Amino acid sequence: MERLSDWAFIVGHLNYWMFIILMMTGLYIVVARGNLVKKIVGLNIFQTSVFMLYISIGKVTGGTAPIYPVDMQGNLQVDPSIVYSNPLPHVLILTAIVVGIATTSLALALIIRIREVYETIEEDDILKIERELSAKDYKEHGPAMGGRA
Amino acid sequence: MVATVITVILFTMLVLTALAIVRIYSLFAVVMLSGVFSLLSALLFVALDAVDVAFTEAAVGAGISTVLMLGTIALTARTQKKATRSGFVPFVVVAVTGVALVYGTLDMPNFGDPTAPASMHVAPEYMTGSVKDIDVANVVTSILASYRGYDTLGETAVVFTAGIGVLVLLSGLGRRRREDEEEDA
Repeated sequence: MERLSDWAFIVGHLNYWMFIILMMTGLYIVVARGNLVKKIVGLNIFQTSVFMLYISIGKVTGGTAPIYPVDMQGNLQVDPSIVYSNPLPHVLILTAIVVGIATTSLALALIIRIREVYETIEEDDILKIERELSAKDYKEHGPAMGGRA
Repeated sequence: MVATVITVILFTMLVLTALAIVRIYSLFAVVMLSGVFSLLSALLFVALDAVDVAFTEAAVGAGISTVLMLGTIALTARTQKKATRSGFVPFVVVAVTGVALVYGTLDMPNFGDPTAPASMHVAPEYMTGSVKDIDVANVVTSILASYRGYDTLGETAVVFTAGIGVLVLLSGLGRRRREDEEEDA
């Protein structure tokens, strides 16, 4: 634990902790808020924080964006003295952003369907309706099916 | 040093936006704030040298997803109901998860470390190979479309599947709604 009093260690890990704080804010919205649209917004916050964590892993001190300069003839200029950040996390996160919007749109479509059937998008109300439905089912069919499942 | 200050300022704004999203009940405001959150994170991506990610996030996160969410709240509800449950148990769950994640970061290399494992293995190969093999100035492009082209193929498959899912879920929405209105009338 003596590392925790090391200034370089704290500065070097501050970025991870910052993004974990953001992630946890997103997770809190998902867990503590009952509105389905708000849950999706919380999930998006969580997701974006994970992206930021990933990108910060690829950052190299003194580096620049991984794009080679091009001269007038269109030839790439490779200068070994220029430091570039790691492009691999960027590529992975580009893919993740697009997959993220795909899942978000699917979730939003599900919310619209839920609203069509239950007339509400609040988790508490949906659970109440579900409980009433299953109680009614049990009253009608429960004894014939051999008691509560 | 300047970069660190910029990062910390952007992070503070991101946290304030996220906390506002936790507290606000109007869903329209929540959706707009989520767009703000995406734009701020795009700025942070620029500060972290990920310019391609920044403009994808700005276009997709702040653009398309905001439009989709606005469409959803137009079809469902505009406000969130007041929370009836206490926020204590979720807070404990979140705090425990956060501490576990922070514990996980203790073994990670320092921020910006050029000898970090993530920057040591295939990444330098991609950087040098991109010039010889593919001759594209932007290394992100050459990895995305060439070295890891199958990832991108898989991504298009996921997007295609999600598109079919959305179409199946929402097909007949207007027709069913009209039939309901006719039954009511």
